[in-house]
Amino acid sequence: MPTLETNRAIDAVWRIESARLIAGLTRMVHDVGLAEELAQDALVAALEQWPESGVPENPGAWLMAIAKRRAIDMFRRRETLDRKVTEIGRDLETQELPTAEPDFDAIHSNIADDLLRLVFISCHPVLSTEARAALTLRLLGGLTTEEIARAFLTPEPTIAQRIVRAKKTLAQKKIPFEVPGAAELGERLASVLEVVYLIFNEGYSATGGEDWMRPALCEDAMRLGRILAELVPKEPEAHGLIALMEIQASRARARTAPDGTPVLLLDQDRARWDQLLIRRGLAALERAAALGEPMGPYVLQAEIAACHARARTPEETDWPRIAALYARLVQLVPSPVVELNRAVALSMAFGPAAGLEIVDELTGIPSMKNYHLLPSVRGDLLAKLGRRDEARAEFERAASLTRNSRERALLLKRAAE
Amino acid sequence: MRFMVMIKSDERTEGGVMPTEEELTAMGRYNEELVKAGVLLAGEGLHPSSKGARITFTDGKPTVIDGPFAEAKELIAGFWLIDVKSKEEAIEWMKRIPCTDGVETNVEIRQVFEAEDFGDAYTPELREQEAHLRLATKQD
Repeated sequence: MPTLETNRAIDAVWRIESARLIAGLTRMVHDVGLAEELAQDALVAALEQWPESGVPENPGAWLMAIAKRRAIDMFRRRETLDRKVTEIGRDLETQELPTAEPDFDAIHSNIADDLLRLVFISCHPVLSTEARAALTLRLLGGLTTEEIARAFLTPEPTIAQRIVRAKKTLAQKKIPFEVPGAAELGERLASVLEVVYLIFNEGYSATGGEDWMRPALCEDAMRLGRILAELVPKEPEAHGLIALMEIQASRARARTAPDGTPVLLLDQDRARWDQLLIRRGLAALERAAALGEPMGPYVLQAEIAACHARARTPEETDWPRIAALYARLVQLVPSPVVELNRAVALSMAFGPAAGLEIVDELTGIPSMKNYHLLPSVRGDLLAKLGRRDEARAEFERAASLTRNSRERALLLKRAAE
Repeated sequence: MRFMVMIKSDERTEGGVMPTEEELTAMGRYNEELVKAGVLLAGEGLHPSSKGARITFTDGKPTVIDGPFAEAKELIAGFWLIDVKSKEEAIEWMKRIPCTDGVETNVEIRQVFEAEDFGDAYTPELREQEAHLRLATKQD
């Protein structure tokens, strides 16, 4: 088999097998960094041998066997070294191998359990959000450092360092390789969901014409989200997250005009919405609902997105439901931006005065001072109420706050109406 | 990248012969692996062509022909729609399709057309504004 083809096949096998491999190894050697090194050693062996021998029938098992052998060698050498150290009677700075005996012969642990442990450790709150994202994409997404760097528009050495430091932190703080207990689970899961959604948003906000690795982050995130939903099927927020991502992603083809300008949701050509993704998103929401728990933030956001997805035309949008969902969301996430969205939904459902009431309450909030969408929305509602002079002032204010020239032009146009 | 994977028909599937319990279990387990890996978008089995039809358009005029159709190998018995990083990954996954001994199974992998880019023309300014308001549901 020609080498280039084999290398591509090996890449593919890596993408399929690496997360499980690293997860299983972490359980055995109690150290994520070491597990990844061992997995990488196995990959090197594959790159050396498979061009000759071909890709084995069970590549995962092959890689695991090699990795285990390396680990055993490593620990034997370390035992020998320990003995020598004791003999010499000197303290040596040995490589940071974990003290506990590796568990090679343990009864085959459930792969799902190991993967889940790997998810939780990669997204541990002791790490910064960026570190969690990089580590997750590396260990669970199978992305190379270079791919991660390109995706986040960050220099490769920065990402490499970030990952190294993250692994060191996990080792130093002795973060256990375990699924959090019931008391912590909600919070820890929220941390995981946050990382996955962050990755999705990074891809979602990428512009066309940029490195294709960036929009591909959406697919990486959705894949992670789907895996997560199967690992914790009893957690409604996991289903909420994948539902939200799939429904948002369903609009990908409608979000940009041919000249590259963004198209707002209400102006989008709905025939271009991906019905397969919508169907999947709605199915995920059903799974969440079937669990019978009160709606969490991701389920709520997904339900809002679903309201739009179900409407065949903008006129058919169930605005009262959207407004009610935002009302519940703001109780969980007291953000003025959420309130602003609620105001818009209220105005669509019950008329501009209803929305204006909320918006007026938001104008005093310091964090909203330079947020151009606030005067933009206020201007829109005032215009609908026939208060033209006030509307104009708001549109001009919004125009002065936005740094986007297209938006400014649009706002100034509305001011002149 | 999306791929449609088609499993071709044979005399058994065209003859309406139901798979054995063993075969169903194996296929069920395989599909579960695809789901757990986050790569399965859709997948279905198809009835034999005896229940189907063909339409030929000549100068815009349709002619309908009812099944069954000959040449089982040209027909499709089922399909998957998967979302993977590359054609090689699609192939690696599909090499793992469970097959029955003594039965030749044929599978075809085709890439699905997609929009070239995934994102829109969010300018850096817009992106920055959205960045610190992450929890706001995207109005786009």
